[in-house]
Amino acid sequence: MTDVVRELSPAAEAAPRQRRLALVASKGTLDQAYPPLILATTAVSLGWEAGIYFTFYGLDILHRKRFEHLKVASLANPSGPVQLPNLLGAIPGATAAATKVMKKWMKNANMPGVPEFIEMAQGAGVRFFACSTTMGVMGVSESDLIGGCEIAGAAAFLDYAADADVQLFV
Amino acid sequence: MTDTSQTSLQADATLDCRELLCPLPVYRAAMALDKLEEGQTLELICTDPGSLEDIPAMARQRGDTLLVAENRGTTQVFHIEKGPRR
Repeated sequence: MTDVVRELSPAAEAAPRQRRLALVASKGTLDQAYPPLILATTAVSLGWEAGIYFTFYGLDILHRKRFEHLKVASLANPSGPVQLPNLLGAIPGATAAATKVMKKWMKNANMPGVPEFIEMAQGAGVRFFACSTTMGVMGVSESDLIGGCEIAGAAAFLDYAADADVQLFV
Repeated sequence: MTDTSQTSLQADATLDCRELLCPLPVYRAAMALDKLEEGQTLELICTDPGSLEDIPAMARQRGDTLLVAENRGTTQVFHIEKGPRR
């Protein structure tokens, strides 16, 4: 077998370089899945390149069995859709209730769900990088992830981000 | 219903983004602009108040020209002329 060496940032062409957005998505809750997807989808709509590096809990956003079931925390989340003191936020069903409310808010506002958003972002050209360390630590294999992800470590992502005009950690 | 007859310019395409929030108006406008030729115009109707800042920013970033930006209270109407493909 020959290993194919992939370059995340191919050498610049003669044409003026496109602007680039490089995001890190480190959180795997429903509410925190939206900001990187919104920003990256917007960036490609502006004619930019955009890539999201999904690391640690953020990798759940790319997990084919988990990405439909992301939740909103009811515990230690004073801004959450169901406002509960922590003592009550810890009771069974509280997280499910907060999640249900957030999903209803999104639906009422005509916002796509996470799976639809991912499809929209990928279709528009957003690149999804899956953190290889997270995969190793959490026992996630490539077949657990949705299609179209690029597995990359920190050096490869930094190489991509070094040429970005905007870099954000979510 | 919104009366769009106030805009005298005739656009080559119209996109209704009413009741949609960021990033959908920008995303859909970009998809619609991608289908147009340079110099053709897109009329965009929005209700997200953020579009008053977002649509001019989108046009600037894409290299398109914003011909009309009208705030009609509950709706915002834009005409965007597609710029050269980069």
